[in-house]
Amino acid sequence: MTVSEHVSAPALEMRGITKRYPGVLANDNIDLDVRPGEIHALLGENGAGKSTLMNILYGLAVPDEGAILLDGEEVVIDSPADAIRRGISMVHQHFMLVPVLSVADNILLGEETMANPVFLDRGEAHRRIEELGKRFGFEIDPETPVSSLAVGWQQRVEILKALYREARILVLDEPTAVLTPQETKEIFAVLRRLAAEGHSIVFISHKLYEVLEIADRITVIRRGGVVGTTTPAETDEEQLAEMMVGREVQLTVDRGESNPGEAVLDVKDLRVRNDRGRETVHGVSFEVRAGEILGVAGVAGNGQDELVGAITGLRAPTSGTIKLDGADMTGASPRKLHEAGLAHVPGDRQRYGMVMSFPLTDNLVLTDYYRAPFARGPVRDEAAVAEAAIRLIEQFDVRTPSAFVPGSTLSGGNQQKLVVAREFSGDPKVLVLDQPTRGLDVGSIEFIHRQALAKRDAGTAILLVSAELDEVLELSDRIAVMYRGEIVAVVDGRTAVKEDVGLLMATGGKDRTGASNAAGGGAGSAA
Amino acid sequence: MEALVMFLYDIPIVGLIFQFGGYLISILPTTGPIFLFAAAPIALGSMCGLMNERSGIVNIGIEGMMLASAFVAAYAASALVASGVAAGSDGPFGANTPLIVGVLAAMVAGMVVSSLHAWLTITIRADQIISGTIINITALGLTSYLNQILSKASPPSAGTFQPFIVPADIVNLPFVGWFINAVLNQRPITLSIIVIVIVMQIMLFRSRWGLRTRAVGEHPKAAETVGINVIRLRYRNVILGGIFAGLAGASLALESAGSFQNNMTVGRGFIALAALIFGRWTPLGAFGAAILFTASEALERSIRFVPPPGQLGEIMTAIPLQFYGALPYLITIVVLAGFVGRSIAPAAIGQPYERERRH
Amino acid sequence: MTDERDEMREPGDGPTEPPDETVTGATEAASEAEPPEAEPPEAAARAQSGLRRLWGIVVVPLGAVILAMVAGSVVILASQLFLGTDIDPTLPLVAYAAMIGGGLGSFNGIVETLVQAAPLVLAGLAVGVGFKAGLFNIGAQGQFLIGALATAYVGGLMREEPAPIAITLAVAAGILGGLVYGFIPGALKALTGAHEVVTTIMLNFVAISIVSFFVSGPLRVPQAPFALTIDVKNAHLPIIFGRNGHLGLMFALLAVPLIWWLLWRAKLGFEIRLVGANPEAARFAGTSPRRLIALTMALCGALAGLAGAGEVLGRVGHLTAPYATNVGFDAIAVALLGRANPVGILFAGLLLGTMKAGAGAMQIQAGIPVEIVDVIQGLILLFLAAEIIVRRLFRIRQARGGLEELATVTRSYGDSRSTG
Repeated sequence: MTVSEHVSAPALEMRGITKRYPGVLANDNIDLDVRPGEIHALLGENGAGKSTLMNILYGLAVPDEGAILLDGEEVVIDSPADAIRRGISMVHQHFMLVPVLSVADNILLGEETMANPVFLDRGEAHRRIEELGKRFGFEIDPETPVSSLAVGWQQRVEILKALYREARILVLDEPTAVLTPQETKEIFAVLRRLAAEGHSIVFISHKLYEVLEIADRITVIRRGGVVGTTTPAETDEEQLAEMMVGREVQLTVDRGESNPGEAVLDVKDLRVRNDRGRETVHGVSFEVRAGEILGVAGVAGNGQDELVGAITGLRAPTSGTIKLDGADMTGASPRKLHEAGLAHVPGDRQRYGMVMSFPLTDNLVLTDYYRAPFARGPVRDEAAVAEAAIRLIEQFDVRTPSAFVPGSTLSGGNQQKLVVAREFSGDPKVLVLDQPTRGLDVGSIEFIHRQALAKRDAGTAILLVSAELDEVLELSDRIAVMYRGEIVAVVDGRTAVKEDVGLLMATGGKDRTGASNAAGGGAGSAA
Repeated sequence: MEALVMFLYDIPIVGLIFQFGGYLISILPTTGPIFLFAAAPIALGSMCGLMNERSGIVNIGIEGMMLASAFVAAYAASALVASGVAAGSDGPFGANTPLIVGVLAAMVAGMVVSSLHAWLTITIRADQIISGTIINITALGLTSYLNQILSKASPPSAGTFQPFIVPADIVNLPFVGWFINAVLNQRPITLSIIVIVIVMQIMLFRSRWGLRTRAVGEHPKAAETVGINVIRLRYRNVILGGIFAGLAGASLALESAGSFQNNMTVGRGFIALAALIFGRWTPLGAFGAAILFTASEALERSIRFVPPPGQLGEIMTAIPLQFYGALPYLITIVVLAGFVGRSIAPAAIGQPYERERRH
Repeated sequence: MTDERDEMREPGDGPTEPPDETVTGATEAASEAEPPEAEPPEAAARAQSGLRRLWGIVVVPLGAVILAMVAGSVVILASQLFLGTDIDPTLPLVAYAAMIGGGLGSFNGIVETLVQAAPLVLAGLAVGVGFKAGLFNIGAQGQFLIGALATAYVGGLMREEPAPIAITLAVAAGILGGLVYGFIPGALKALTGAHEVVTTIMLNFVAISIVSFFVSGPLRVPQAPFALTIDVKNAHLPIIFGRNGHLGLMFALLAVPLIWWLLWRAKLGFEIRLVGANPEAARFAGTSPRRLIALTMALCGALAGLAGAGEVLGRVGHLTAPYATNVGFDAIAVALLGRANPVGILFAGLLLGTMKAGAGAMQIQAGIPVEIVDVIQGLILLFLAAEIIVRRLFRIRQARGGLEELATVTRSYGDSRSTG
């Protein structure tokens, strides 16, 4: 589009960037160059290393190796303020806006237009903001408080903030994650305009069709390394999906045969709102049968958290029904659900699943502390707790010197084993596993997978929600693909092809009927 | 005129409101001048709290800061008199060198105590409420202890500041004369609150400092991403806020009492906190709340000595007098709970800020 | 709020999660240790970790007390400068010796120490139990006053009844009064999110007005020269030992094991600690944090009310209008020094009780004003808050057993919806 085809000096070049965190190679020798006036998409799954790379660019992280060049000159960026000074601006996925302040004040903050050494010149600032808005096609009242703006407009304020600072390089981190399709369209128009004026834009995303629509070039990264750089003209969604998720499927656990029985968990037309009051689950229906694993695949942030919250009683659904073993459990409390036979391995174990300052013993009876054998009347039975805890620690191989040390002394893998031990041990009818192996080492992952399969074989209905597609593919008997708050397809877990599911996750698919051959999806949004 | 008043007074129920208004007008000339005088230390304390809380630091230690400043003000002035500096009252407002030095010393004392609060809350990241508690307990203990020792030597007094005398021509102006007198017939620190509140209001909402302060109190991370040094700004604001607590203490010691007495703040620092909350964390609002709270107390006194006549008098004397004293606290609870027009604190208040660590 | 921090702190965008993998020393040991099959290592580990825990709990408060005494002696020395007298370097020692002698040196001194400590322990528990639930109860003062008022009223009504009945009812009234007055801020927080720190401060002043109204109004003894309530007569607590060692001491002595039992053995205590340690996990575990917050504040109020009852029935037998007490802030000091642990609070209460009981002797013998006790109290808190100073000076690496629950207290000050 606007890229000059002849080779010009890149506005930004990142050379051989390597960044290690304990136990993880977040960035592995990454090269990236962005030309003036170019929209360069950085495509990769969650956890591929995109954010680390951008944090390095924005002065929030120090690379272990590699160099950053601006207009061909090597620079060291040591803080966000430094990055701003050098003309780099970042639009964070979670907006860095002060809700109670006006649009103008948010834009001014840190780069104030002054009437004199003390007072702001709001008149001049308003004039400049309106002028910028006109130039890039979005007029906005500078007096409006940011808290009263729709998300799409808040994003425009973030972009205005960057333009007001005369940024030449704009980094947008998942800018469409919170936008509606219409808002996305509008923001794309803005970005094209910016590029036409010579700004360089780094567009971070994991949505294939968006990247194909907006980018001049696309760099795909996977597991910290660059897979390749291409242009929309040279590629298509299938190829990108393959580059993004890779081909290798590691089958480490033999899942065996399943014998599904009656439906135990029955969810109908469930609608749920997120913390901000926006509906993120739009009428989801499914059932999980005894002795089967239903995997929910989807890119993080497509409503999975709210879905799990509603099923486990931590979040009240706005409408729809949840039945457990035939009994209506819509809006039931976590305790009532627990007593009805629902167990839950939460996605954020440190926040929900454990009390870090409590000993392992107490953590192991967190949901059962109040009833026999762990309590009689108003009194707890410590001996029974300790006895059960020591048994579970042994049974689930939780590595600890004692059952009485605080939960915080365990490693991540052992913390998760502890949660699994507690939730698996009560002979649940329904087991909700939310990101059960996030951040764990291979050994722990395998252990937890084996335990899950054993539970399935024992007749438990398991709902597995995971952002790790491999995990879903490996364990599930059926796979429901969640996209923008809806289940867009349910495919057979044994015959599913990874690329097809990945494509469904990224695009929602064209074909909503749920066939397993949804791979033919082309570009364009499905919503 | 009188007939009209009587007519209004006689309307059932609604008439009570007119009677109340009439009573307020009738007591205003006597209570008016003390409104501002009594409200000033409270409003100054609120300004101290405002500087803290607008930048995200809880301050329940205003009481202790005021008390420590009052002590320093009284004894600094007294020490100067004892060392032979004349304590005559020739300047405007009856000012003399010891009094002025006392005020300055109180401001420094306020800043010193605030520095402790800043260090504990910002650098040590100690619990902000505990930090305030420490200041309250230690200030009360230390000032009482030292006062016990020092007052044995019966230190000389530097006197007090004197009120500004409004020219008789202005006082005698019809309708507005008495009001101008009520406002301006005040001692200097009390008068300064008017200027301070207006300046603070403008600075908070129109200056670069104010914009940055509000941003840091609401969303420090956002402020940091645009290059603002959150830690430095908080330190500066908390320490500067101590100046206001210092002035409040100086007002108590050098404008009303003329000396230091144990626990002479008697909870004014906490009323200041209430006024800040009731005034929704704005200078003008806090000042208005301070006036309102003072008026509530003044009303209590008036009813005791000059109860209103008639039906209203019966009702108002039937209400326990202590109710008026408790009113400021009750309405603060009401607005905090959001029963009537919720008062919402700056969002980031109470959270220690940890600067983005570079990995 | 916490979400945002976590998101920002995350260095990569996914699998890294370094905090998880960053393992503390104990875990390194864990990976080396044999699986916990055999009983003996388990028991030994438990005993050892118990000892280490105890040391961790005790060492910082102890260090803070020592440093505060040292700093207090600096104040004593410096204050001599003001008097223009020669500096007597032994004066602090003389003063402290007199204080300890006064508080512990004689039978009567010890009794007075216990009498001083009893309300501090009860009110300290009222603050400490709040800490356990992540609540900062600054309202022990008001709850104490309302408890005292209710006791004085019922005690006055029952003054002619047989002592057991009169005492029981009067004490029950005190507990109930405090309970109601503690429940108000608890319910306000649970229902509207109004932060308990501000509401309890405000309610302290309201309590003063309430007491003043009743004592100088409906409950006033008509012929008395100044406002006070009628003597409780038969409801007076019997003196069980010494000159003034009244039965109320037993309230404090019994409350400590009772609260300990409640916190560490009862279901309710587990739930209280759960809400304080992690409100989200408390919801996950099936409790109702809102209900627990209201309940805990009511319990705190009941304890403070009991302290008020003990003071009225055990010491004077009536209530005066401007009843002056500083028990609220003293209680905060006791609770913090005792690390919100009932046993710790008992010792902290005894320590401050000793200082208060011995302060008079110190003033007479060493000429040091009693207010130095408040100074030392404030300094103890200062060194507790600035724990890092204590740890550096005493070369303690990592202090465990601190007040983790406090992390949830101030942080929720501006966030009305944090309680879920």
